Amino acid sequence: MAEVKTGAEIVMECLIREGVDVVFGYPGGANLPIYDAFNFYPQLHHVLTRHEQGATHDADGYARVTGKVGVAMATSGPGATNMVTGIATAKMDSSPIVCITGQVSTAAIGGDAFQETDVTGVTLPVTKHNYLVTDVRDLAYTIKEAFYIARTGRPGPVLIYIPKDVQNDRCEFVYPEEPIDLPGYHPADRATDEQVTRALELINSAKKPIILAGHGVLQSGATTEVLKMAEKGNIPIACTLLGLGGIPASHPLNLGMMGMHGEAAANHAIQQADLLLAFGMRFDDRVTGKLATYSPNSKKIHIDIDASELNKNVRVDVAINADLRVVLEQFNGDVKAVDRVEWLGTIRDWQEDSNQRDILNTDDGIFRAAQAIFDLWQFSKDNNPVVVSDVGQHQMLEAQYFQHEKPHTLITSGGLGTMGFSLPAAIGARFGAPDEQDVWVVVGDGSIQMTITELMTAVQENLNINICIINNGYLGMVRQWQQLFYDERYAETPILSPDYVKLAEAYGMQGLRVSRREDTMETLKKARAYKGPSLIEFVVEQHDMVYPMVPAGADLHEMIRRPSA
Amino acid sequence: MKQTLIALVEDKPGVLNRVASLFRRRNFNIESLAVGHSETPGISRMTIVTDEEEALRRNVVRQNLLKLINVIEVDDVTDQPTVVRETALIKVRADATKRAEIMNIADIYRARIVDVATESLIVEITGDADKISSMADMLKPFGIIEMARTGALAMTRGVVTPRDPATYARYAAKVNGQ
Repeated sequence: MAEVKTGAEIVMECLIREGVDVVFGYPGGANLPIYDAFNFYPQLHHVLTRHEQGATHDADGYARVTGKVGVAMATSGPGATNMVTGIATAKMDSSPIVCITGQVSTAAIGGDAFQETDVTGVTLPVTKHNYLVTDVRDLAYTIKEAFYIARTGRPGPVLIYIPKDVQNDRCEFVYPEEPIDLPGYHPADRATDEQVTRALELINSAKKPIILAGHGVLQSGATTEVLKMAEKGNIPIACTLLGLGGIPASHPLNLGMMGMHGEAAANHAIQQADLLLAFGMRFDDRVTGKLATYSPNSKKIHIDIDASELNKNVRVDVAINADLRVVLEQFNGDVKAVDRVEWLGTIRDWQEDSNQRDILNTDDGIFRAAQAIFDLWQFSKDNNPVVVSDVGQHQMLEAQYFQHEKPHTLITSGGLGTMGFSLPAAIGARFGAPDEQDVWVVVGDGSIQMTITELMTAVQENLNINICIINNGYLGMVRQWQQLFYDERYAETPILSPDYVKLAEAYGMQGLRVSRREDTMETLKKARAYKGPSLIEFVVEQHDMVYPMVPAGADLHEMIRRPSA
Repeated sequence: MKQTLIALVEDKPGVLNRVASLFRRRNFNIESLAVGHSETPGISRMTIVTDEEEALRRNVVRQNLLKLINVIEVDDVTDQPTVVRETALIKVRADATKRAEIMNIADIYRARIVDVATESLIVEITGDADKISSMADMLKPFGIIEMARTGALAMTRGVVTPRDPATYARYAAKVNGQ
């Protein structure tokens, strides 16, 4: 006999059945009934953020670390519009989150009521799908469907907008037991035999192949299969930013990141290759440079779960719409062991050249961002911590100098490049990661000021996260472009910061400062030992540059390199 | 390069908005879009004519439409034998002296006069896009006061099995069961 429940209670019941144990949100008038229901469902832990953008990034960070669907809640009007940036961030990086927002009563919709906005309309372009529920009897099914859509196929954000009267209405609660079966949505799975045959022909006959490993490698759980293929065929691997950690950084075949600030060896290898194996990546402009001259002499095999990415930016020879791990299992028995000594030798020469130019070799006594990040890696690597970076020069330096061995240990906003992502995403990650795994935030002085208000959330929840602010007094990446392309006219890039140590203490967390490289290790130790959040300000060289750099619109091999000392 | 797509979509509020919004944000060029009920209750049928320069874009348009949860199937019928029809109403300036001439032209195009007034008449014509444009050109010298076109409807010739009849059957049953 089904129990009668209110819409708000149905929301709670459905979240529990979907395996949710933490919700990130902010109450308001239009979601009061839902928030009242939290009192009766203590198994759902709610994290009160300081801005709804924080709530969405929290849910996103949680999802990226766990692979589960993150949940964020907000009220109508400004609460919902404050979520748009976070939702767009999740959409661009294919992160599964479900956002539940309150709405004014169905009768009031469309009449410019207090705190009303057309959130379905506003979020249409930035969600994988969204729903406005107008009948409480549709609510349970809608929530189950929303979670299904968020986590399957190419994951993405789904928004559910529930009017207040629907939250209060009652009906018999029946949780749909049948699996979701949508006529217009069929996540892809396997490659055809023909595609497998054709692809193997190309792989086994290639002299200079390279694997391009993207976010799809992590989301498909395909690390083992990719390594199997690479090791059997002696095929080098380059990673996208979101692909880092998908293949252990220390693996001899891993060339590191490719693209605009990627490793020169990776970029040269791509341009000279005769076969590209694109696994779960989408040939984003940060990765390809000028498309007209991208890898001109290679055949290309593209495997992606999203069919609309195949032949979108780059025309390929074999386009396979399927789940990466499944396809590689179909291949791997038949990849031939080929030596490829010459190819790997050429690549090694490029890597040697890069090592000589490495900024870490400079011994001029200047404290640089790259050194701080390198030292952080040295200090924390045995823990395989989660590192959450923000956006800018520090983000690129982290990708270059922090060697990620395991998947889901680098969390960063790649596709949208949202400044302010890291602190709230780290809060979400902390809830998802096991207690023994550290969570380090690497963030610039510009980025931290965008969502600094979430420091209080970290303190209120007493989270063991360590926030490393790389303070160079500038919006570094923009300053770099102004230095290279705008004749050093630094318009609006010098930026002042508060006294971060005093601020941290005002927020109720431990505040530390490092101005000389020698003090780094000691300070990192203090941060890790402290129970609760710590903030470390690294005061570093102001006019630093990230190299190599492929300027926008340039050929991928035309990298600007670090000028020799 | 013109491309004709037939999309079967769920008959739910907001689906047209989703499709239009997709085309806008991806910068796809819509020449016409006609939408209405299909033979299956709960499923609407859209005929979309696009105009894209690059061949690479053609499949991208179809794949992006399929990505929408409410879109069930999309067929690119550009290169298949199809019947294409649209209807236009054209209000032409016509006094007593011109009326007969216009009626003659209408006869030739197998169009019908559906309104007569002292200064104007309305011609109703159904045909493919070229036929309608051609008639409009013939009427221009008289003075076209208003013209309304529906946009193309397309249907493939003969019997082409839908991609997955089981899907439609299941969905129709679900819709009718509710």
